[in-house]
Amino acid sequence: MESTDTYETDHLKATELRLGLPGTVEPQKQSPATASIKSNKRALPECAKDCSSNNNSCASDVKDGDCACAPPTKAQIEGWPPVRSYRKNCFQPKKNEPDVTGMYVKVSMDGAPYLRKIDLKVYKSYPELLKALENRFRFTIGEYSEKECYNGSEYVPTYEDKDSDWMLVGDVPWDMFTSSCKRLRIMKGSEARGLGCV
Amino acid sequence: MSEDEEKPSVDLADRNVRIGGAPGSGGEFQSPFPDQVLENVLENVLIFLTSRQDRNSVSLVCKSWYRAESMTRRELFIGNCYAVSPRRAIERFRRIRSLVLKGKPRFADFNLMPPDWGAHFAPWVTATAAAYPWLEKIYLKRMSITDIDLALLAQSFPNFKELVLVCCDGFGTSGLAVLASKCRHLRVLDLIEDEVADDEVDWISCFPENETRLESLIFDCVDCAINFELLEKLVARSPFLKKLRLNRLVSIGQLYHLMIRAPQLTHLGTGSFSHTDIVAQTDQEPDIASAFSACKSLVCLSGFREIIADYIPAIYPVCANLTSLNFSYANITAEQLKSVICHCHKLQTFWVLDSVHDEGLEAVAATCKDLRELRVFPVDAREDSEGPVSEVGLLAISEGCRKLQSILYFCQRMTNNAVIAMSRNCPDLVVFRLCIMGRHRPDHVTGEPMDEGFGAIVKNCKKLTRLAISGLLSDRAFWYIGHFGKLIRTLSVAFAGNSDMGLKYVLEGCPKLQKLEIRDSPFGDSALRSGLHHYYNMRFLWMSSCRLSRQGCQEIAWRLPRLVVEIMRGHTRDREEDEMDDSVEILYMYRSLDGPRDDAPTFVSIL
Repeated sequence: MESTDTYETDHLKATELRLGLPGTVEPQKQSPATASIKSNKRALPECAKDCSSNNNSCASDVKDGDCACAPPTKAQIEGWPPVRSYRKNCFQPKKNEPDVTGMYVKVSMDGAPYLRKIDLKVYKSYPELLKALENRFRFTIGEYSEKECYNGSEYVPTYEDKDSDWMLVGDVPWDMFTSSCKRLRIMKGSEARGLGCV
Repeated sequence: MSEDEEKPSVDLADRNVRIGGAPGSGGEFQSPFPDQVLENVLENVLIFLTSRQDRNSVSLVCKSWYRAESMTRRELFIGNCYAVSPRRAIERFRRIRSLVLKGKPRFADFNLMPPDWGAHFAPWVTATAAAYPWLEKIYLKRMSITDIDLALLAQSFPNFKELVLVCCDGFGTSGLAVLASKCRHLRVLDLIEDEVADDEVDWISCFPENETRLESLIFDCVDCAINFELLEKLVARSPFLKKLRLNRLVSIGQLYHLMIRAPQLTHLGTGSFSHTDIVAQTDQEPDIASAFSACKSLVCLSGFREIIADYIPAIYPVCANLTSLNFSYANITAEQLKSVICHCHKLQTFWVLDSVHDEGLEAVAATCKDLRELRVFPVDAREDSEGPVSEVGLLAISEGCRKLQSILYFCQRMTNNAVIAMSRNCPDLVVFRLCIMGRHRPDHVTGEPMDEGFGAIVKNCKKLTRLAISGLLSDRAFWYIGHFGKLIRTLSVAFAGNSDMGLKYVLEGCPKLQKLEIRDSPFGDSALRSGLHHYYNMRFLWMSSCRLSRQGCQEIAWRLPRLVVEIMRGHTRDREEDEMDDSVEILYMYRSLDGPRDDAPTFVSIL
């Protein structure tokens, strides 16, 4: 069963680069044909949310970035290969990107007693990351723009890159950011002046 | 659990056996008859006989021996919960302390059986609650269990000690909470590959406050948050705890705290082996390696659900003593595996993901000379995935691990030569399960069917009792199995064979066959008929998406009245359509002493 993906906005979808044939869409996360999941069961663990438990698609395992949807293959058969759902749902195919060092980075926020650790691999874009940070640390960042950076925000997200320089989050493309970010620091806006923003 | 051969303990050709009560139950007061003396003597001797096959034989000698045996049997093993009713079982065996019950057939694990099919524990717990108040152990596999069942269990058996649930479902943490709080003598609570609902009940907190008798606590499949502080206190007051398997929500920092409280552990499931997202400002990394060093008795290691490779070296101190290592949830590379496996000289059981590639398996073969069981699972379990392991890995293992007894190997490409080599290098093989994930795939070098490879396995591995076949297979493969597979008890077939002859060869040739599961193979009514002489000796036959007709199955049901013949539609098909369709999508049949069950759902037809 396939249906339009609901969490991508239309305009993003139209410009998205995919390997799928024109007209194919990303599959629904949980197929209604999977009758084996009972209603009183707990929600599947986080890692399994994008995995279809009944082999219904080739692209359901991919979480970040591009839909690595290979050209349509034969329809997946129910219950084949004979691997239990729990096991199947625990993995996503590993991407061979030797440059991506470690997913977990420490996040500190000025004034907070505890650091946090987040997994950058979980997020696909800056808006997602910033929203997650806002939720975790209970503050607002506001909009990013190239010219005015995080104008009007009380806090500014920065990161330390591979060369140990402190950079403003959002300047470089997302993939470059995730491969070079070593740690994050949410700075007070007043301290952020030196980074080239007002 | 090894699948021992099971013989029917009562001849189904309707013996006139009277089930007597305790000796001397006639009510008359006389000097003991010689028969009664014999029975008393027997009972004192039979206490020591534990194997159920031996006990079954004993019970067939004569009525007196039958009675004595039924009074002294302590463990009741029921391989198919529908083969006998609870009432019949408790009428015959009066003093059971331990119950083993198996329910659904294995293909139910892969969603081939519609949900709510059956295998309910409820009638069993109700019956045994009344009949066996001194029951101590229960082992259930592929049964449907509710929280109410668990509550009844907890309150009915005051001496209850061990509960092992494997591949079960239907219950949640509220059931576990009742168990924990009421079973004061609980020694073993093993939850293995179950589906447990998260009722958001903190079941760990329900264990009694004082010192526990816990020896084994396995809950790696329970995907629910637990109160870690309470778990730590539980471990601290469980001095007999030897086996502890944590779920993936336990972080490595928490693991450290548990390990230092329980250095006596022999079996450890490490949980996530990764961080949570909170790290205190002081940022001390737990010295997990020292915790492992302190566990001098550790022989079995598993878990690693979200492993961070940096922490792998922490387990080096225990590798030399490990006999069992389960990396099957650890997505690690060949290099990362090598750093560990080179220390594991004593390893006998090894489960791993194919992320380690053939290269990783070569490293295993180089070090683990004592290996008995290997399982290689796929990271990407799809038909058209890349397939990082192949015949190269299999060949290496066969050359390095000559004592191999059991193998489960998922791959995308294989050759007959490698399988033939394994059949020669590993003559001790008892279990050979090869899953070539692409359907109908031939030998990828020669283009030929995989017949010769599997043929060599059944021919050369003279102890083989369990076989699972895959790849492109013609009837010839089945001819080999029927001709050579004289000890085979369990056979698993998928997408194989050309014609009815394939199934006929097996049904006519394999006298020990107990469990036969077939899917998507071109076997029809004629083939089904060829097993009539044998079905009463089998635990079950499963055939799905084959070429059976309702008429053909009906004929079997008529000819064999003690066989329960269930036919059903899979859940992917619309139930309403095809009412006139004579084809059978799923056939599941099994012998039973008590006729068709009364709890069959509407989608099951019993012929």
